[in-house]
Amino acid sequence: MSHQHSADICKHVLNISRIDFDFCFENILIIFVQVLQIMPRRKRRRRIVAPPGFKGYRPYGHMQGRMDHVELLFEEYEAIKLADYDGMNHQEASALMGVSRPTFARIYESARRKIARALVETREIRSASGNAWMDSSWFLCQDCHSRFTMPSTLLDKYCPLCKSENIQTINTSL
Amino acid sequence: MKTIITSQGKETHSLFDTRFGRAEWFCLYDENTGETRFVENKNRDSNHGAGTRAAEQIVELKAEKVISGDFGPRAKELLDQFNIQMVILQGEGKSISEIIQMIK
Repeated sequence: MSHQHSADICKHVLNISRIDFDFCFENILIIFVQVLQIMPRRKRRRRIVAPPGFKGYRPYGHMQGRMDHVELLFEEYEAIKLADYDGMNHQEASALMGVSRPTFARIYESARRKIARALVETREIRSASGNAWMDSSWFLCQDCHSRFTMPSTLLDKYCPLCKSENIQTINTSL
Repeated sequence: MKTIITSQGKETHSLFDTRFGRAEWFCLYDENTGETRFVENKNRDSNHGAGTRAAEQIVELKAEKVISGDFGPRAKELLDQFNIQMVILQGEGKSISEIIQMIK
């Protein structure tokens, strides 16, 4: 009789603890999901070789009035350049931009959609800096408009072509 | 200090080549002596990796500066590693001698 009783108590205790555990776990999960909803995943910055050589493209000869513009990000321009102009496959291009292949595919897809939208809806394309960084600093000469790099071994900061000291980094010129 | 200028031909009056990896010739200009020498780009017709091989060739030639129209990402990475200065010139239609005059 007492044996039966103790087994019942045991079962009872175990049951309660399991419910407690489930309850706790559920709560933690809910908190975790809430945190994820508040904080989106960190966006890895995308490496680009050089920013686009334009500030934008504007359609001409269309009948509608001024339309809104489409913002083409630097990384999207870079994705189009690597995949369609340089003819790389997505694996190589993603390695160059320092992102995973699926992420590269997403950037590329977004770039194509934006360009298609601009063409079809006769919208202006404007380049925007987006979430990109340049893998090494390029400089622009204000006098002869050449672009160049400055290896760390060089001490004198002047244009390698026309010797002008009127140079600036490309990062800030766009 | 030696400078490489990508060229379409092997004379100083030849035109500047805006491609880097697939340039026909490399003009090696020595600033100290003022001499020019033309080196053939052996990998201009290769299907793959012309830019990296051209960059390797430039490292072997011990140049410190390269003038071309554009640099591919891989060639750029390699030239950066060897501290070779890259110059991008929108100089289509310019001759090699004109560019040499600019850097003199």
